[in-house]
Amino acid sequence: MQSYRDLLQSAKASIQEVDARGAQELLDGDDAPLLVDVREREEWEQGRIPGAVHVPRGYLESRIEGVAPDRARPVLLYCAQGNRSAFAAKTLSELGYERAISLAGGYVDWQRSGLPTDLPRSLGPERATRYSRHLLIPEVGEEGQLRLLDSRILLIGAGGLGSPAALYLAAAGVGKLGIVDADVVDETNLQRQIAHSTNSLGEPKTDSARRTIEALNPDVEVVPFRERLTSENIERILEPGWDVIVDGADNFPTRYLVNDASVWHEIPVVHGSIFRFEGQATVFKPGAGPCYRCLFPQPPPPELAPSCSEGGVLGVLPGVIGSIQATEALKLALGIGEPLIGRLLLYDALSGEFEEMKLRRDPACPVCGESPTITDYVDYVEFCAGVGH
Amino acid sequence: MSRVRIPPTLRSEVAGAREVEASGGTVRELLDDLLGRFPSLRGQLLEDEELAPFVNVYVEGEDVRTKDGLETPVDDGSTVILLPAMAGG
Repeated sequence: MQSYRDLLQSAKASIQEVDARGAQELLDGDDAPLLVDVREREEWEQGRIPGAVHVPRGYLESRIEGVAPDRARPVLLYCAQGNRSAFAAKTLSELGYERAISLAGGYVDWQRSGLPTDLPRSLGPERATRYSRHLLIPEVGEEGQLRLLDSRILLIGAGGLGSPAALYLAAAGVGKLGIVDADVVDETNLQRQIAHSTNSLGEPKTDSARRTIEALNPDVEVVPFRERLTSENIERILEPGWDVIVDGADNFPTRYLVNDASVWHEIPVVHGSIFRFEGQATVFKPGAGPCYRCLFPQPPPPELAPSCSEGGVLGVLPGVIGSIQATEALKLALGIGEPLIGRLLLYDALSGEFEEMKLRRDPACPVCGESPTITDYVDYVEFCAGVGH
Repeated sequence: MSRVRIPPTLRSEVAGAREVEASGGTVRELLDDLLGRFPSLRGQLLEDEELAPFVNVYVEGEDVRTKDGLETPVDDGSTVILLPAMAGG
């Protein structure tokens, strides 16, 4: 009867082994072998050799043909110390692989030799559980989830639209959420601004939103800007670098600043606005479609803006539009689907209807057109704050 | 006759109606008819007799700015949508 030691020795005697340096030479040379990591998932998740594919030894026989259909191509196998990979190399020889090589000393020796490793690019067990419903969607998966965790989204306003957008983006695991809002929470906000609550009355909205988001998902880093967006501070606020801007502002001056900045910095803006029972949403992606000024070259003069006393909004309406904005922001961050570029989605809550308007880029647009006439930020006069406050 | 949809921000100018009828073979004629009956809408839609820069008009889902502006033809029975800039958030 053979002991483990006997079995290992006979396996090692029947296969080819290389040390870490030799392995690197093979990998850098012509006819480079396919590198296969045969360790368990938990080990793989803690770091691996760059370029390796992961086939745990328990699945080696059933999965190897999928990753290495050409039996003539050399295969370099590694585990932690070189024992499991020795058995794996023997198995591959039996399966007809012409050159199955085991890395003697394994990943431990590779690391000790100071050779390059890929540090964890996997979610780890806790995140894999938290985001499991994303991982089940092929369009997201682990790679997409990692992408979301790396993504940076700036929310303009933590009010009606910003609240649901912030909550869903946080829940989805967007790694960094910037929030620009100068206001404090007041009682009239609570009918719709679900990032805040009765016990945050009087608190800055950025603080209140941050607390809600951190309670929901500690993976999210909140970057608060407790200030109103102006031509003076906009460059500083954009400085950290944002992948997407979600515009849920409650006033025209801010919306035009956001638009002009997005064109100059080439950052897509997910736009949403609401009034009473109706809302609209679209994506302004510089270069790919129109900008806000293609649609509305100038804001209305203050005296024509809808009067505050006529305002008001159904509390759930920003929930619908803000959630559409969050959806579009996630699509942009993941690079999937058909974003609402060049399409304005209108929602009428009373009739329960959605409608879509085509938007076209205006070659005469003062900002993104062929000969721009606006090349610096414009601070429009502040007027009715609308329903956001 | 065409149906003109009135956005929520402008409804107070048309006694709260969500939709009104108006006639005209072009957008200009149609707006003339509309503004004849609801004169307070004028400043919300026109600036120097041209379409104001803060409003869009869609005829059958197409932005008239990308067509012939106020001279864009309007077929009988069309749906016309007025879309002013809306800032609420």
